[in-house]
Amino acid sequence: MKIFSSFILVGLICFIASLIYDTTKWTSGHITSLFVVVGAFLGFIGVYDLLLKKCGYGLSLPITSFGNLLYKSALDGIEKYGLIGAFKNLYISTSLGISSTIVLSFFITAFCNPKD
Amino acid sequence: MKKEEYLKLVKGKDKEKNILKNALISFLIGGLLGSIFHLLTYILVNTCNMSSSFACGIVLFIYITLAIILTGMGIFDKLISKYKFGLIIPITGFAHSVASCLLEYKRDGFITGIGANMFKLAGSVILYGSVAGVSFAILRVIING
Repeated sequence: MKIFSSFILVGLICFIASLIYDTTKWTSGHITSLFVVVGAFLGFIGVYDLLLKKCGYGLSLPITSFGNLLYKSALDGIEKYGLIGAFKNLYISTSLGISSTIVLSFFITAFCNPKD
Repeated sequence: MKKEEYLKLVKGKDKEKNILKNALISFLIGGLLGSIFHLLTYILVNTCNMSSSFACGIVLFIYITLAIILTGMGIFDKLISKYKFGLIIPITGFAHSVASCLLEYKRDGFITGIGANMFKLAGSVILYGSVAGVSFAILRVIING
């Protein structure tokens, strides 16, 4: 059943993004930035964790999850180390996504050339 | 009815249809990726006894690797122009934006080309995510006292 709710929720997020893109003058950069902030806000009001628990892992896929993870690790750091911990722990749980993107992109650039 | 009015009307209808069509395509592709993600993570958690966050990380890594390899082969750009936000909103879009910037600026050299331009698009995601994350975390601590 959770596979179904994952389908609906992730699909819905993409649906909203597409609607925003087609009805306003925003670029995809604007929309992804907005969605990261929305994800952090949903984490802040506690909705995101609830959705993750009820609706399956699929919700870790869209970019909103990035904001939620950043918020959660910052909060975790503050609880452990005080205010400085927000900066110490900020990228802990998103590190896998960011660093694998950077390193793998570099290696693919070494092997491939842009297609025109 | 004048010709201009007619053209305007047709154009309006056409645009409306396209908006709905694009949104539905995004819904289907995004949903498909999401349910595959759930399935893979579920299998990893239940067969290999991993913690759910680690299993999520592994599946994210698979998605990112696929997106970057397809970008390098020049396939992902075509897929994005076809399926749009179904691929941009999941983490694949983030990986694609970094990899495509690197490929595009390769001819400008390693430092001033790819080094200086790699976060051209993904930078805003990291910037606003970090600012929002830290601000909301501090706000939460203030609220909780």
